[in-house]
Amino acid sequence: MESGTLRLKSNGFPLDAIDMGILEALQTDARQTYMSIGKQLGIAHSTVYDRIKRMEQYGIIKKYTAIIDAEKTGKGRIMAVMTVFTDPKESERVAEKLCEAPQVLEVYSSLSEELQIIAKVVAESQESLHDFIANSVAPLHGVLRIRTSMVTKKFKEIPLSILNDPEG
Amino acid sequence: MTAEQTKILRTVPREKAFYFFTSIGNYTGVSAASLKEFVEKINEVNMKSLEFHLHRGDFVKWLDEVLEDAWLAEEIRKLRRINLAGESLRNQLYATVSRQLKRLTGQSGALPI
Repeated sequence: MESGTLRLKSNGFPLDAIDMGILEALQTDARQTYMSIGKQLGIAHSTVYDRIKRMEQYGIIKKYTAIIDAEKTGKGRIMAVMTVFTDPKESERVAEKLCEAPQVLEVYSSLSEELQIIAKVVAESQESLHDFIANSVAPLHGVLRIRTSMVTKKFKEIPLSILNDPEG
Repeated sequence: MTAEQTKILRTVPREKAFYFFTSIGNYTGVSAASLKEFVEKINEVNMKSLEFHLHRGDFVKWLDEVLEDAWLAEEIRKLRRINLAGESLRNQLYATVSRQLKRLTGQSGALPI
């Protein structure tokens, strides 16, 4: 692999330093112009356009979205982290079912002592959260038990980025 | 056995079963899909779960709306008013539900009116 080039395992698409710079700029502000990104990186705006289009085509840029502060919308919502302990044979199906539910924002699987599916769930109230879990999650085949923690305060939330280096 | 008895004693599909939780969103892994199973699970489930569901009226709702046993639902509603807790709650709940199960299966006494 060339120096400064990251080859993604999923599709073999090589990302160079310019692509990485563009991605970083978009993650900071996806609404900025090609011209603005080009100025920051010292490249022509047409290059920025071409690179972005290519990364969209390859699915590296999946979509552009808005980060909403739910508290400021005035919509009373509660968030919870739900850990679903599952029969390993059924875990994939349980995860797929959870993905179909509009209340579920994120779904992950984790293997510690037991196979777990971890999901971030939103609901309008504790009662509707409980109804969802009792009526739609607990009855799924392969669900062994469920632990749910209500989120009381958010300290940090940033989008996952391949550009973030946890080691700083 | 009457149609009414058969209806109450039937096994319901899993999406209609009773799932025992200990608090909001915390499922114990114990469920009951019939009155017979419900009696058995009352004896083995975590005490916190019995208190949680009795207080919320979940037992009354399930017995009334799913198993359609209005008489038993009313008996459980009465237990709820007494404010039972701990082992005495488990014992009372078990006694009430198992008595009804025996009546419905013809193992003892007359059916409640």
